[in-house]
Amino acid sequence: MTAQTLTIGKALNLGLRKAMEDDAKVVLMGEDIGRLGGVFRITDGLQKDFGEDRVVDTPLAEAGILGTAVGLAMRGYRPVCEIQFDGFVFPAYNQIVTQVAKIHARSRGKLAMPIVVRIPFGGGIGAVEHHSESPEAYFAHTPGLKVVAISNPVDAYWGIQQAIASPDPIVFLEPKRRYWDKAEVDLDAPPDPLWASRVIRGGDDVTVLAYGPMVKTALQAADAAAEEDRSVEVVDLRTLSPLDLDPVVESVRRTGRCVVVHEAPVTLGLGAEIAARVTESCFHSLEAPVLRVGGYDTPYPPSKLEEEYLPDLDRVLDAVDRAMEF
Amino acid sequence: MRELASEPVSAAVSSATTEVVDPVPGAEAPHLPRQDLVQLLTPEGERVEHPEYAVDLDGEELRGLYRDLALVRRWDVEATALQRQGELGIWASLLGQEAAQVGAGRALQPGDMAFPTYREHGVAWTRGVDPLHVISLFRGVDNGGWDPVATGFNLYTVVIGAQCLHATGYAMGLQRDGGESAALAFLGDGATSQGEVNEALIWAASFSAPVVFFCQNNQYAISVPLERQSRVPLYQRAAGFGFPGIRVDGNDVLAVLAVTRAALAAAREGQGPTFIEAFTYRMGAHTTSDDPTRYRLASELEEWKLRDPIARLKAHLSRTGIADQAFFAAVEAEADELAGRIRSGTTEMPDPPGTAMFDAVHAEQTPHLAAQQAEFEVYQASFEGGSE
Repeated sequence: MTAQTLTIGKALNLGLRKAMEDDAKVVLMGEDIGRLGGVFRITDGLQKDFGEDRVVDTPLAEAGILGTAVGLAMRGYRPVCEIQFDGFVFPAYNQIVTQVAKIHARSRGKLAMPIVVRIPFGGGIGAVEHHSESPEAYFAHTPGLKVVAISNPVDAYWGIQQAIASPDPIVFLEPKRRYWDKAEVDLDAPPDPLWASRVIRGGDDVTVLAYGPMVKTALQAADAAAEEDRSVEVVDLRTLSPLDLDPVVESVRRTGRCVVVHEAPVTLGLGAEIAARVTESCFHSLEAPVLRVGGYDTPYPPSKLEEEYLPDLDRVLDAVDRAMEF
Repeated sequence: MRELASEPVSAAVSSATTEVVDPVPGAEAPHLPRQDLVQLLTPEGERVEHPEYAVDLDGEELRGLYRDLALVRRWDVEATALQRQGELGIWASLLGQEAAQVGAGRALQPGDMAFPTYREHGVAWTRGVDPLHVISLFRGVDNGGWDPVATGFNLYTVVIGAQCLHATGYAMGLQRDGGESAALAFLGDGATSQGEVNEALIWAASFSAPVVFFCQNNQYAISVPLERQSRVPLYQRAAGFGFPGIRVDGNDVLAVLAVTRAALAAAREGQGPTFIEAFTYRMGAHTTSDDPTRYRLASELEEWKLRDPIARLKAHLSRTGIADQAFFAAVEAEADELAGRIRSGTTEMPDPPGTAMFDAVHAEQTPHLAAQQAEFEVYQASFEGGSE
């Protein structure tokens, strides 16, 4: 076993490198990803080793990145597009939603779109506006796209390779405030494919669902709950579209209680969809309504307020308490 | 060609090429100074020479172009009629733009890739796309039935200008593959206002991509005239992006062919992109849902009828004896036959099965979608033999 202790950022870097070594058609595109190595250094050193044709410093235009990726994909390439920050994906939204997501279907399978859109997402880094957004619901709502949100270095290393190898377009969300979190990564043994959600902590009283940066928060909440003799099961959803809710349904039928946590505003967020589906599947097992913990329905606030805006351990515990007391 | 095309055409050239071109709407406006067109065939059907662009076609090739133009127009007329009779949901007519499309399409080589808007039926024709595969889109059967890879003709793109970036990215792929092919992006005058089109022009320039932007300036974006899109002639925009722009008489199939061939050759040779403005006119409505009498004068249409792209080639072929009445009669008979095939093929075109909407949403269908499809099938089956 080749194991290394890696940060999420470094695991992504190594995963990208491996994908580029494995397939000469993999092309990275983005702003400042070449000489600079990306503003988060995720592509550090790759242009030096793979050249400017495979690690492309693009003009500063996100629609251009995605639109040209479509053409490259038509030509048999596998573009991996870096969007510098979550809030800057919207200039590319038209290409992603009207083109990338639909071309396979409208061509009846004759044109594949193996495009990965990497987006550092979420808040908690004290940034100015448009640098802390959680846009996953827009993409999960779009037929034709798959949406992934990783939470740890193992999924970072293997997940980015699985996403690049996938024949379908994937929005790949990276928890930017967790880029520096470390874990041991086995570089030989791939984990379950990203498309499966995973119970990462067993419990009997409440099922807490999270993804991306909130997985760590949910685990911390489960630790704190344990001190009060509350047994919390935590599920890392990993992929947001398509949702793999089989482990969730199994869990909720056992616990009878479900809390969904995400940074995005609660209204029409992933939690709303999950609440509906869990209710449909677990109606007779539920002891309490499915509760959501998320951002408020406000624009993401200035950073001095983000601690109040973002779900934290205490807000998750509060929801667990409410579910128990219902 | 490259040096000259990137600069204003000289006075000597303009005297040779512009005296037979009538003033066109908008061209007299002070902010839109009259500019030269590359022209090889006058509206009266006279062959004229141009110092930079030439075509040397034999009689068979010239007759072939006429046949293309005539058949494409007949297809278009038939499709418009089919829409009026309720057989198509909508139709986007190319009436008046046949020469621009056939000229550009015939400039392509087999390895090239065309990226159309939704009106390039004439280009589709030159790429060997079955007219019924275009018709099926407008009938609502599918989103275009042809194989974009096999034909070198991408599916239609309805979001204005989005395909210009696709063409540029495709050209970047061609560049990496080291081949000798090029991409040809189609767009209209209205599309030049889109941000994505401008991004495509920047990208193409920065990477010197083998792509040619072929803009059919048909004077209107539905109802909005060119003046609202641009304060300068469109071809002059190219200079700001750092590559040549050229304006060609879009109703002159010979000039369009010559200019597009030259631009594609330059792209293939690694000289980067060219922007071609094909100056033309949409003689029909934007689509069958449109009413052009609300925004333009009948007299304007009458002026443009005098510059009809097919009539001028016919005049040339007749006058020079390259084609005779028997040839024109044969083309007309072939056009009638094509129209008949389009008509019967349309009315007999089966509706797709309901499950078709679930096909190919992803390369790998998700369990969730498979479950939805199963649910749909059970629901549909519940009506079979019911009280309906």
